[in-house]
Amino acid sequence: MPRVLRAPWLLVLPAALVALWHFAVAERWIVEGIIPSPAQVLDSWYTWIFGSAQATLSPYSGTWFDNVAYSTRRVLQGFGLAAAVAIPLGLMIGWNRLVAQVVDPTIQLFRPVPITAWLPFAIAVFGIYDASALFLIGLGAFYPVVVNTTHGVRDTNLLLLRAARLMGARPATVLAKVVFPSALPSIFTGLRLGIGVAWTAVIVAEMIAVKSGLGYVLWDAYYVGRMDICVATMFSVGLLGYLSDRVIVAAARFLLRWRTLEAHE
Amino acid sequence: MSGAPAIALERVRKEFAKGERRVLAVDDVDLAVEQREFTAILGPSGCGKSTLLNMVAGFEGPTAGRVLAGGAPVDGPSPARAVVFQEPALFPWLSVFDNVVFGPKTQGKPAAEYRAGAAQIIEQVGLSGFESHYPAELSGGMRQRVGIARVLVMQPQIMLMDEPFGALDAQTRSLMQELLLEVWERHHQTVLFITHDIEEALLLADRVCVMTARPGRIKKTIRVAIPRPRSIEVTTSPEFNRLRAEVFALIREESLRAAAESARAGGAR
Ligand SMILES: Nc1ncnc2c1ncn2[C@@H]1O[C@H](COP(=O)(O)OP(=O)(O)OP(=O)(O)O)[C@@H](O)[C@H]1O
Ligand SMILES: [Mg+2]
Repeated sequence: MPRVLRAPWLLVLPAALVALWHFAVAERWIVEGIIPSPAQVLDSWYTWIFGSAQATLSPYSGTWFDNVAYSTRRVLQGFGLAAAVAIPLGLMIGWNRLVAQVVDPTIQLFRPVPITAWLPFAIAVFGIYDASALFLIGLGAFYPVVVNTTHGVRDTNLLLLRAARLMGARPATVLAKVVFPSALPSIFTGLRLGIGVAWTAVIVAEMIAVKSGLGYVLWDAYYVGRMDICVATMFSVGLLGYLSDRVIVAAARFLLRWRTLEAHE
Repeated sequence: MSGAPAIALERVRKEFAKGERRVLAVDDVDLAVEQREFTAILGPSGCGKSTLLNMVAGFEGPTAGRVLAGGAPVDGPSPARAVVFQEPALFPWLSVFDNVVFGPKTQGKPAAEYRAGAAQIIEQVGLSGFESHYPAELSGGMRQRVGIARVLVMQPQIMLMDEPFGALDAQTRSLMQELLLEVWERHHQTVLFITHDIEEALLLADRVCVMTARPGRIKKTIRVAIPRPRSIEVTTSPEFNRLRAEVFALIREESLRAAAESARAGGAR
């Protein structure tokens, strides 16, 4: 499909959903007072972002950027930590049978435990501090990255390994120059899944384990009956998750430009 | 050790075993390739040609027997025994140029030493202008030429070539054959060249070893006394035709024998 024709199509479904939402509230298809209208949400969201902290009565006025910054920083730190551990570890698990035997079963045993189940543990150990949130985010993002990295390493074409050894590459060079680039597409798949988990984890952590960020606002707004802020928070998280995913995709596009990407267009 | 053959296989046997399944790929092969000799191995698909070459390259060890290079046992791959693989095993994330210089670069040679040579070899194989392309952007024949260029750039004493032109169209193939003849004329490397194409074997090699069906053995070795330098024209000479008929008869005899044997094995069951 030509590029010009694609943009309007992109908007059809969101526009229909917003329209449905608008009429559902305006025509009272749903019980009144529970769900705010799109216009209300937009208005509250605007105040939340641009309102001055003093002039209005709303306690949320003008605090959006701060809370976005809190959540984003936690996601980046937790996700960065997870990637920094999971990528090298995944490379080693895929590369070395002994490391795989020692480490992999334990990872697979812990992996089914959802990060929500770790919440009490995290709070008990780290308290109601940033460390709790970082632990949960890092742990959540760790699994998809480590599993996909391992998979990518094991998928390396045997002929490429042979070719590299033949041309004089030592094991460390083979790992860095052949196995790593060959696993990179898989690693990026892991990173994309990981950043998604990281945003899930930050909201869960902030709802319970810390007192700032979008997750905290979400829960707080729910308690004081500000459903408009709740919905605005959901949109905010969705938007941030989408943007961070786009950043990873852009990095992947750049680093994996050797693949003919026509198939992905 | 200049007296020792460049490559020697002594009573080499290779069996693949995976659980219950056992495949005897190569059985009791004796072969000596002299230094600077161009030897072709000719055999039907699945007779163990690649297996043989992998053992010489050092990727796999024999189940029994010995594989020697320059008189010393082969224990792992070495840049001195460079391989052109059956499928071009290029690094897809590297450009043509970076693929070609992977060997010398990895061996820590200074760029000044190999850059000019690499450019020249890229030109020889007809890839000038494609230096910055990625393998995915090349045709199959171009990829195979990159595979050959990266071997030539290492200036190996021994070249092991596993049906390097098998996947090419007839036209490109004869161009590549001429290129190889030209290169060999200049450097006289020791070459072990695997193929299932009779004419290709006779055109290129000093000696053609015809293999049996699996388990592969060497059925007969034929000297190709066609004078060098050779070009594609020799394929129409009477001597070439005589040799072709001889090899063809050998292969036909072998395939009939193999067919009869498998029919007998089938009947016994
Ligand atoms: N790694 C392996 N494990 C098990 N069996 C193998 C392995 N490699 C090869 N074989 C078997 O050994 C036999 C010889 O294989 P090989 O690849 O050497 O044949 P080939 O002569 O190179 O054939 P072609 O001309 O089709 O490339 C085949 O029957 C194959 O099934
Ligand atoms: Mg083969």
